[in-house]
Amino acid sequence: MMLTASSGHKGLPSMPAVSRTPVLSVRNVGVEFPTRHGLLTATEGVSFDIAPGEILGMVGESGAGKSLTGMSVIGLLEPPGRLSAGEIWLESERIDTLSLRERQRVRGRKIGAIFQDPLTSLHPLFTVGKQLCETIRYHLGLDKKAARARALELLNQVGIPGAEQRIDHYPHQFSGGMRQRVVIALALAAGPSLIIADEPTTALDVSVQAQITALLKQLCRENGTAILLVTHDMGVIAETADRVAVMYAGRVVEIGPALDVIQRPRHPYTQGLMNSIPSLKIRAEALNQIDGSMPRLDSMPQGCAFHPRCSFAGPRCAKQRPPLAAVGENMSAACWLHQGGVNGDA
Amino acid sequence: MLAFILRRIASAAGVMLTVAFLAFLIFRFVGDPVDMMLNEQATQEQRDALRERLGLNDSFLIQYGKFVARAAHGDFGISFRNQQDVSTLIGERFPATLELVLVATALSLIIGIPLGVITAIYRRSVLAETVQFASIVGVSLPSFALGIFLILLFSVKLGWLPAFGRGETVDIGFWSTGLLTSSGRRALILPSITLALFQITLVLRLVRAEMLETLRTDFIKFARARGLPNWIIYFRHGLRNCLMPVITITGMQIGNLIAFALITETVFQWPGMGMLFIQAVTFVDIPVMAAYLVIVSFIFVALNTVVDLLYGFVDPRLRAKGAMGASHAAA
Repeated sequence: MMLTASSGHKGLPSMPAVSRTPVLSVRNVGVEFPTRHGLLTATEGVSFDIAPGEILGMVGESGAGKSLTGMSVIGLLEPPGRLSAGEIWLESERIDTLSLRERQRVRGRKIGAIFQDPLTSLHPLFTVGKQLCETIRYHLGLDKKAARARALELLNQVGIPGAEQRIDHYPHQFSGGMRQRVVIALALAAGPSLIIADEPTTALDVSVQAQITALLKQLCRENGTAILLVTHDMGVIAETADRVAVMYAGRVVEIGPALDVIQRPRHPYTQGLMNSIPSLKIRAEALNQIDGSMPRLDSMPQGCAFHPRCSFAGPRCAKQRPPLAAVGENMSAACWLHQGGVNGDA
Repeated sequence: MLAFILRRIASAAGVMLTVAFLAFLIFRFVGDPVDMMLNEQATQEQRDALRERLGLNDSFLIQYGKFVARAAHGDFGISFRNQQDVSTLIGERFPATLELVLVATALSLIIGIPLGVITAIYRRSVLAETVQFASIVGVSLPSFALGIFLILLFSVKLGWLPAFGRGETVDIGFWSTGLLTSSGRRALILPSITLALFQITLVLRLVRAEMLETLRTDFIKFARARGLPNWIIYFRHGLRNCLMPVITITGMQIGNLIAFALITETVFQWPGMGMLFIQAVTFVDIPVMAAYLVIVSFIFVALNTVVDLLYGFVDPRLRAKGAMGASHAAA
């Protein structure tokens, strides 16, 4: 059921390898920001598919373009940010070209969203029941009573104890973890086929994080909902994701099954990312880190964006940008190391 | 909640006592009331008798105490100028001012809030920029200038609306209202617009600023992500969040309007409290001035207390059990 992300040809993403249609197919998508000093390219050539019921983890450091990719899928890029290229398909319907009104129909109805901070995601002045009911009624056209019943069912489903009483409580009466459960219930309200979860556990206590990731995983299995899980936390990815896409400087540099990416990363950046996870067993003097920092959008190096920080870099890396290409079964990486070496000219 | 209400009322009472003290001091500083009330031929016995009758021989504190006690019953003595009860004078004038102020406040909310929301949503459009510019004019235009201009245009040139007075009024119990007659309503139009213009621009700019702030919040972004339609996002989620400052400002402004309606009242010869006060100042009618001071302060304090209590209704976080702050129920 794993689907490869991209073919080796630059700019021509492949059709899914398996006949089963993906829930989401992002093809060659880029996001740009017009500024006074010209266009800034934030992401470029991002392609991936998500199968029904699959969790795709998207990792990378701050500013790598993971959240932008998530936001472009639900069509909530903050102006002046905009799509510069590519296509986004949801269940065989192209959604990036829809009108504002039609996008609204997709948003919430077919794609749910979960944001980082459950403290600020909920409207502080309405009860959680009211927020759930307005969403349910708008999308599903239920009457008041039916909507409330559905809201209760959702709260039970996301594991909120005493839902009958809690439904009339305000967000500030819930703890952080419980609030994120409410947010998840809201994302599920209209029974979407895809959920964009943008750092859903980052703002939570570590002990609560595990509960929330377990809940996401369970709901994903029960309802067949696919999830695009955007996070910088490799631990969350390891626990939850079926496949992983690693982003660096606005591009997908490696994508493949979670186990493979975590245990046998191909791209030097992914390897650095894995090495920088502190381990309890080996107590190193200093934590491993990748030297340097990600290039700014207005000063992207030529060639591979990672080459100034890469210990394997050769002359070719500074000249040509490596395409995302298959490097084994189901795995793709954008690195010359796996595509004919770093020295020669292609 | 009860403790909160009691605290608020206690502090309001403290403020009122202080104001009453200041009003009381006016009597002492502006000269001997006996001189003002009697003519020059009065004998010393007459003067002493009046002094005794007015209680001026009592100690300072006792006089203050009596003043407060009488004021609390609505008794502010007798006007020096026309020898009527001050409370009767004010009772006749107060409805005129209050009606004017309430109509002006209603106008400012009905016009100001939607304009504020719209200029925030379409903040880059030409219309929004125009409204924004016009609101600066509205803030800076003095109300007497606007009043005179309106009279010139609608009363003198066009002859559509009366230039002065309150029109016919109908008495309902102690209240005389101009809202029930057509001439009363017509007379209300120009003064209320004059009084409301500044308020409209104030509310507009406040709502706009609050809306812009609110539209950047995560819960608005999340509401969009839930696919809610724009009208729900703007007018339910956005506006609701802006209500607190609007209530605060409106509450305080009603007090301000009552206190400072006197300019508009003078321009339109509106028989309200402001006119009464201006006349009292002209004739050094101290009981009327003192009563005006106390009543206006009372309205301010009462409105502020009501505003504080209203917060609890608007924001559930403020009515959490126990503390006023948010209490987190354990999950």
